Amino acid sequence: MPPSSIARLMAIAGEIILGKEHELRLALACLLARGHLLIEDVPGTGKTTLAHTLARLLGLQFQRIQFTSDLLPADIIGVSVFERDSATFRFRPGPVFAQLILADEINRATPKTQSALLEAMEERQITADGQTMPLPGPFFVIATQNPSSQVGTFPLPESQLDRFLLRIRLGYPDRAAERKLLQGQDRRELLERTGPALAVSDLLALQDAARTLIVADRLIDYVQALIAATRQSAKFTAGLSPRAGMGLLAAARAWALLEGRDHVLPEDVQRIFPHLAAHRLRLADDGRMPTPDDLARLLQSVWLP
Amino acid sequence: MSATARHRPESSSGHAAADEPGPRRGRNAWLLAAAALSIAPHVTNLPPWVSALCAALLIWYGWRSWRGQAAPARWLLAPIALGAAIGVRLSLGQLLGKTPGLALLAVLLGLKLLESRNMRDIRVVVLLCFFLQFGLFFNNQSLPAAAFALFAALLTLGSQISLADPIAGARERLRLSAVLLVQGLPFMLVFFILFPRAISPLWGIPNDALSISGLSDSMSPGTISELVLSDELAFTAEFDGPRPPPPERYWRGPVLTAFDGRTWRMAGGPMLDRPAYTPSGRRYDYRIMLEPHHQRWLPALDYPAGPVRGVRFTHDFQAVSRAPVDHRMQFRLSAFPRAEAGGDEAPWTLEQSRRLPAHGNPRARGLAARLKAPTPGQTVERILSWLTENDFTYTLQPPLLDENSIDFFLFNTRMGFCEHFAGAFVFLARAADLPARVVTGYQGGRVNPVNGALTLRQSDAHAWAEVWFSGRGWIRVDPTALIAPLRIERGLENSLPAGESLPLMLRPQYQWLRQLRDRWEAVATTWNRLVITYDNRRQRDLLETFGLDPASPPRVFGAIGIASALLLAAFYYWARRRRNTVDPLDRAWARFSARLARRGLARAPSEGPLDYGRRLAAARPADAAALTAICTSYARLRYRPPAPHREICKLIHSVDHLILKEETPRPR
Repeated sequence: MPPSSIARLMAIAGEIILGKEHELRLALACLLARGHLLIEDVPGTGKTTLAHTLARLLGLQFQRIQFTSDLLPADIIGVSVFERDSATFRFRPGPVFAQLILADEINRATPKTQSALLEAMEERQITADGQTMPLPGPFFVIATQNPSSQVGTFPLPESQLDRFLLRIRLGYPDRAAERKLLQGQDRRELLERTGPALAVSDLLALQDAARTLIVADRLIDYVQALIAATRQSAKFTAGLSPRAGMGLLAAARAWALLEGRDHVLPEDVQRIFPHLAAHRLRLADDGRMPTPDDLARLLQSVWLP
Repeated sequence: MSATARHRPESSSGHAAADEPGPRRGRNAWLLAAAALSIAPHVTNLPPWVSALCAALLIWYGWRSWRGQAAPARWLLAPIALGAAIGVRLSLGQLLGKTPGLALLAVLLGLKLLESRNMRDIRVVVLLCFFLQFGLFFNNQSLPAAAFALFAALLTLGSQISLADPIAGARERLRLSAVLLVQGLPFMLVFFILFPRAISPLWGIPNDALSISGLSDSMSPGTISELVLSDELAFTAEFDGPRPPPPERYWRGPVLTAFDGRTWRMAGGPMLDRPAYTPSGRRYDYRIMLEPHHQRWLPALDYPAGPVRGVRFTHDFQAVSRAPVDHRMQFRLSAFPRAEAGGDEAPWTLEQSRRLPAHGNPRARGLAARLKAPTPGQTVERILSWLTENDFTYTLQPPLLDENSIDFFLFNTRMGFCEHFAGAFVFLARAADLPARVVTGYQGGRVNPVNGALTLRQSDAHAWAEVWFSGRGWIRVDPTALIAPLRIERGLENSLPAGESLPLMLRPQYQWLRQLRDRWEAVATTWNRLVITYDNRRQRDLLETFGLDPASPPRVFGAIGIASALLLAAFYYWARRRRNTVDPLDRAWARFSARLARRGLARAPSEGPLDYGRRLAAARPADAAALTAICTSYARLRYRPPAPHREICKLIHSVDHLILKEETPRPR
């Protein structure tokens, strides 16, 4: 495990994405835990830039899919075309055959198209014309979503939201960061000049390393208590699923790895939890997603074993 | 939680078992079992159609939750509820009261269970179950009833737990609800002992006052011989010291002085605080646990002494309760079996004890005239010897007697039971101008080898006679003892002719059954003594011995509050100790946190070690290095197993030798 390379990666990324170190780290943890990331925010807060930066710095093959209401599943997966020379159908792969995919404004497409991508995310393979094709090595989807109240959106149902390991919001930069942003160059140009900070093989090694981090029984107890709390609390309509629990632990491992530790602490779980739970839980009162305050209160109510 | 139903509209109409059959079906089964156990013990007291309706509702519920069907519509259940209410009104005559209330409650439980859709409904079901378990004590306060209710409460609590923790397994639920019940026990005791009691229990009005079992206040041929066929418990007596020998075990019940030719009845007279005689001779102190017989007389070992709180005495030495014995009662009495009673009896009492009907039984009168001797003693002797010499038979199945019952018995049938002998003897004595009367009560009793108590059953019911001698008072004469001496010495089962049917338990081949019953009755007696008969009188006595004024509600409630607070504190302390004594690392960490808590830097229960370390370092820059080191070390040892023993010792050492620098007030 090369901790120095992680530090370097973080430093360079921090130059481009200003004042969003925590979010950057969450995105990286999500990637190391082999999960997909959902970024939700109003346009112009740097969602696309974040995805670009990660792809660039990690040396990943990048594809961007702009979701619109007339986008069809074939536009994502690919299509079989008839070749006159050989008189056969040949599959022309769609943009999904890439290592990092930015699914921009995913909630603007119809549910049918959404689910084409989401299925690919879950299975990590594509089936077209009865042929099953695996997707490339690291496969990471960053989807961005505008707040669902905007016009012309098809909000993702809970079952689809569950495919995303973490959900982050970027929010507005703080005063100092914004000032630097205004004074500095265009972020895209800056990015053009930056080379990969990590080889793909390094990334795969880090993903493997994240899986072997030490998890004490006490920590499992804590994760269980936390999940049980979401299920027992009358605040929520339903608790976290077992899949969410496994995801929580995987992401906490990745986070601990980014912190440079070989074991997971409750703090790691606590950092991850709000970003893992918010899009999976619904408040019993009004059916909305819980606010960060709700989740902080839940965390406070669960004692360390 | 059941709220998943709300979450998914397609399954919100009921507890569809399709999506998550395991926990939900498990919980439904628990609820069903809890409801069934709550209703079942009431079945004997409810109208049969109510029980049948409840059973049908429960089966319906079981079927619907097994098939994963939705709750039936309200319009279907509302008429059932209304119909049940009308039915209760029609079949029980009212809607208020004990039995109608319980019947309605049972039906409502079934309906609520059937229509349960969400958590709130299930909470109501649980509450109804608890109510019905409580209602069981309206009718039955025995130990089995309490055990049954407790078991039902265990299951109900288990279903309540399953609401909070749907994934807990059955064993886990049972364990948790048992722990909760056990933890509730001390609080129950405090409230049981201290909470002010009503003068009589809420449920003190018996429904079954008509079925009197036990001696009545009159006697005619056949009354006692019918009674002794019953094996029911009459009372138990526990003596402080040794028990009186069997020949002295005469338990005085109604004393019958008036005779109309066929039936003996009690004579009226003044009530006294203590019996009118001078106690002498050996004294026995004992405690009686009396089963309800719905009359006022109390069985008391001859001759009872007073005064006793709540007990009055007639002029013929009967002990009488102030109110009918409608629930199990306990009282303490003492007895002087060898005292001379009635030496200076009032003339009108003697006159009553000589009175005979003007007509009837001429042959008996003639016999008495022949047997009459110069002294009363000789007369009694001659009557008794006439009875022994004339071949009388002691039997539980005496033939029917005609109008002149005494004559017919003495000269025709010559077969009878104790009431025949006692009645005939008193008649003869009166005809010979001796003051005499019939005494009914119980004789003997079996010693329960388990707790040494004397157990008296209806089969020990007996009748004997008393004759008054000038200068000596009333002397007991038991003609039965002469005809069937074994009856007095060894009990009924040994004194009847072979072939007569005995109550089941008295038959020799059921020895083992009797032993089992002895054990059970010993337990039940203790239960009755400690729990059932703990009324406001005994509560007053108990509180007074603790120096607590029972008449002052603030003090009593204060005592309840203090006792509950002490219990809570004890539980809290216990929980903390349990939490803290698990392992040395945890203990050291707890010490460390406690120490900093005293400096105003308590660790939040959900705060991780590194976060805590950062907060401490920020708050106490002077100690930052040491504090951070301890927190980091703890985090590594705790969450990176296996922790080397040496490292743990090092951490404990650094915690125990941590020196916090004196806090200098920070600028700013």
